[in-house]
Amino acid sequence: MANLTNNPLRAGRRRRNAIAKGLALAATAFGLGWLVLILGVLLYEGVGGLSLAVFTENTPPPGSAGGLLNAIAGSLLMTILAVLIGTPIGLLAGTYLAEYGRHDKLSSVVRFINDILLSAPSIVVGLFIYEVMVAPMGHFSGWAGAVALAVIVIPVVVRTTEDMLTLLPDTLREAAASIGLPRAHMIVRIAYRAARAGIVTGILLAIARISGETAPLLFTALNNQFFSLNMNAPMPSLPVVIFQFALSPYEEWQKLAWTGALLITVTVLALSIIARSLTARKS
Amino acid sequence: MVDLALQGGAVRAREAVFRSQALARLRLGDVAFRHLTRAAAVMVLLILSGVILSLVMGSLPALREFGFGFLVSERWNPVTENFGAMAPIYGTIVTSFIAMLIAVPVGLMIAMFLTELCPQWLRRPIGTAIELLAGIPSIIYGIWGLFVFAPFLQKYIQPFLIDAFANVPVLNSLFEGPPYGIGMLTAGLILAIMVLPFVTAISRDVFDAVPPVLKEAAYGVGCTTWEVFGHVILPYTRVGVIGGCMLGLGRALGETMAVTFVIGNAHKVAASILAPGTTISASIANEFTEAVGDLYTSSLIALGLILFVITFIVLACARYMLLRLQRRLG
Repeated sequence: MANLTNNPLRAGRRRRNAIAKGLALAATAFGLGWLVLILGVLLYEGVGGLSLAVFTENTPPPGSAGGLLNAIAGSLLMTILAVLIGTPIGLLAGTYLAEYGRHDKLSSVVRFINDILLSAPSIVVGLFIYEVMVAPMGHFSGWAGAVALAVIVIPVVVRTTEDMLTLLPDTLREAAASIGLPRAHMIVRIAYRAARAGIVTGILLAIARISGETAPLLFTALNNQFFSLNMNAPMPSLPVVIFQFALSPYEEWQKLAWTGALLITVTVLALSIIARSLTARKS
Repeated sequence: MVDLALQGGAVRAREAVFRSQALARLRLGDVAFRHLTRAAAVMVLLILSGVILSLVMGSLPALREFGFGFLVSERWNPVTENFGAMAPIYGTIVTSFIAMLIAVPVGLMIAMFLTELCPQWLRRPIGTAIELLAGIPSIIYGIWGLFVFAPFLQKYIQPFLIDAFANVPVLNSLFEGPPYGIGMLTAGLILAIMVLPFVTAISRDVFDAVPPVLKEAAYGVGCTTWEVFGHVILPYTRVGVIGGCMLGLGRALGETMAVTFVIGNAHKVAASILAPGTTISASIANEFTEAVGDLYTSSLIALGLILFVITFIVLACARYMLLRLQRRLG
């Protein structure tokens, strides 16, 4: 026994194991450290600028104080419209994948393409919408921004809808069919209802995803210094304003950029945590 | 009685008509819904073809003007309208390479910690925290990188790197020049932080899918945790891990805002990773709205097309590999 524990080979293996365990622990601390560091700096820099004026005043000209009202309004409006456009398409496409064409050729192609759209660079979506909407219309517009965001919403909703519907037990579908319910009714009245929490999670995750998206808005909605709810005109948004203000040399603008960054991060984190708790309760 | 019976028959007949009408309505609704969902599924394909088609159309003028030279030319001169994609492509590859170099080993180690070492009650909170890191919008990484990370690198890390490798051949040209703070190294490091949660989350999921009996057998013959990880878990999940890493790579290649803030937007192919450079997405984000002239715009769209083709290939490979692992696991 003593011989075994003193065996140099074994000692070496144990040493290597200890080092690896230490490294794994260090790697985890490293990963979590960034989260703490980023959130810490964000709170420190952003909270100072929080005031009522942020929500009641428009973005200021260089060198004076102001708020982010127009950017917040623009972001909200475009996000809501993007969700309204993207969710039905995503929901229906996800339904097709899970209910009608679970194993057919079209579904496997759509699934594959959807997965690629899910992680495709968002700036390319911006270019796409620029080509099909901004260039033909001749001007940047809130609509173009909303559609660009909708293109990002669709794959997220397709994916979660399909996943959540596939999780439902088939006995549920068979029970509905056995009492003579048409398939469409089974899906709308029973499957959707049973998978509601999961589907809502998908929509929330999609909102979280687009509320921080900057790249697709840069050359679709552009920006607007003034308050505007006109969807046919350039429209300001929180991320684009942050981009512009952070890179500016003006201290007031940089401060507002930090505050805007804090607002976005809090929104996104809150949405993802709510989405998580929704599905966690179900499983 | 006869009257009543006749009436009853009429009612029944009318009921039958109602019923068949209602059934027809249901059937119509059923068919309509089915086609609606199918149309939505086809819409996903149309979006992708639309993206490809619009990018190709948009980049035609530039590709016609510069031909194949567009890919290998380093020139980028809006005044003389002479464009080449070499510098952005080079920057994209270098920054993504730096990111993967750091994110893959660290991500795998975190996944090993989460699946093999971490006490059960801590797994969920740590996993969630790492995933939250993935949810933070890229513009936040950008502003943080510009105001916090880049100055820190400029002050402490970069001078150290320059001094340390000044007399080492090869490496001294890699770490050369003044410490700007912003540049390809900074962009690569921020990308690493952004990609890390993706690599971690997917690795953890595939590690979790290893049948416990395999691991237990290895532990049973006296393997250490590290040996189980290196000789059982990794070989078993190799395809999935590579797929996860490529998914992260796809992310890094296309990432825009975080990079745009800290890359410096210089259309130059520099050997030193401390030098400012540019990536495909950063060039588009920085210059697209200011681009005057069709050729300038078209060149930027051509850059977008190149980016899309590269990420498409990487992501397709990633999905294929993950699918293969999934099939094997049944």
